[in-house]
Amino acid sequence: MAEFLSLAEAVDRYVADGATVALEGFTHLIPFAAGHEIIRQKKRDLTLIRMTPDLIYDQMIGAGCAKKLIFSWGGNPGVGSLHRLRDAVEKGWPHQIEILEHSHAAMANAFEAGAAGLPLAILRGYIGSDLPKVNDQIKFIDCPFTGEKLAAVPSIRPDVSIVHAQKADKHGNVLVEGIIGVQKEAVLAAKHSIVTVEEIVDELDCGPNACVIPAWVITAVAKAPGGAKPSYTHGYYPRSNKFYKDWDPISRDRDAFNAWLDEHVFNTTADNGASA
Amino acid sequence: MSERYSASEMMTVTASRALTNGQSCFVGIGLPSEAANLARLTHAPDVVLIYESGTLETKPDVLPLSIGDGELCETALTTVSVPEMFRYWVQGGKIDVGFLGAAQIDKYANLNTTLIGDYTDPKVRLPGGGGAPEMATATGEIFITLKQSKRTFVEAVDFVTTVGFGRDGTARDGVPNIGKGPTRVITDLCVMQPDPTTKELTVTSLHPGVTRADVIEATGWDIAFADDVSETAEPDDQELTVLRELKTRTEKHHAES
Repeated sequence: MAEFLSLAEAVDRYVADGATVALEGFTHLIPFAAGHEIIRQKKRDLTLIRMTPDLIYDQMIGAGCAKKLIFSWGGNPGVGSLHRLRDAVEKGWPHQIEILEHSHAAMANAFEAGAAGLPLAILRGYIGSDLPKVNDQIKFIDCPFTGEKLAAVPSIRPDVSIVHAQKADKHGNVLVEGIIGVQKEAVLAAKHSIVTVEEIVDELDCGPNACVIPAWVITAVAKAPGGAKPSYTHGYYPRSNKFYKDWDPISRDRDAFNAWLDEHVFNTTADNGASA
Repeated sequence: MSERYSASEMMTVTASRALTNGQSCFVGIGLPSEAANLARLTHAPDVVLIYESGTLETKPDVLPLSIGDGELCETALTTVSVPEMFRYWVQGGKIDVGFLGAAQIDKYANLNTTLIGDYTDPKVRLPGGGGAPEMATATGEIFITLKQSKRTFVEAVDFVTTVGFGRDGTARDGVPNIGKGPTRVITDLCVMQPDPTTKELTVTSLHPGVTRADVIEATGWDIAFADDVSETAEPDDQELTVLRELKTRTEKHHAES
């Protein structure tokens, strides 16, 4: 049953050094507040999983939290490169990281297989692509019924998944609305899960087919208003396109990045650091 | 080049005309999104636009900056999860056309969005595959639009992120449940289509005012021309007006947020 914790307590308890961690949210509902708390607590050697690393993993990689990155599209959406990711991959700063890259289809299937308790996902994928040559986690199998050659990837089973959502009720049931990405799958696939929410309400007040994650499959719920900024929360606040553009020059320069990190992450707390 | 329109407007309008009313189209961000929405706002009001974030039949008033902008969800018929998008809608064969851009394309229309240089020691690391590798094989056909230069149109891409016709033009031969692949490439200079036999990209239409020499100069391989190269039809005034209004709206919107 979901326990209501502060974000600092939830991260301290469930994100261990060396853990495999998935912070999900497909361009929407990106759990920035949680990522910043991981940076503040100086977690190290994490295997970071995310379809679109986005600015949050750029920041975590630049801050030295990552040992390995598993991803499928690593850019600054609508702007260009993730310069901290590139600096780590191209120049080994702040240290070399291992990367394992997939396509979106494979990652989405792998999250779903993780939620379904399966060891692998099967898809019609990677035909003619060089990705299987550089990622040894992509294999091919023959369909036992038709003989068709299909791609297989291991399911994603994170030690902890972290997602952001609109609201939880007082029992810890969570409602996700808008572009729902792979949030539900990420939570169900993980050993532990932390959900940050904009607000805690008496009733979720939603339709019968809404994307609701029940309290009894969630480990911890933490209130983090504005916790997805500078990405957005559908129904609460818009994406700060300006910040995504501003991030480009900040992230290009190691000193500018460190100064930003000091000001907006280290010298702030989980309660007021979400709006960076 | 005409004083009435720019080369990039020529490209976007030509790309938009490739879409037929009523088709379902999986839309990449950037130039494909601009062209697909122009089609929806002009000759193809019932074109079904789908973005990989899960938004089905979306009608954005401004072009999205990212693949998951709230605008796409708010104006969609419905929004599904990302696993459902890739499993049911893409892999399930529900999409007629995939509309893609790329950083690099080669003479067999293979696309590279992964890196320049060697994989283990890249000169430039690019974002990666995203939704494109499966879109290119699961949709009925692929349209590609990008600006043409020797840097982007290379003999052989450094890395095949997304297959066109493979390193020798035969990658799709005998593969079950695979789409036709790239059927046209629309640039700011011309339209190319794969040769029916060799699958090598071949110029089939030159934009007004563009010469064969211009295209040869902007291509990194010995580009072939079809026997009957036509002249691409110019944009009409309505298309230009709608495109300019769309871009103005978009710039204003993103400057404010």
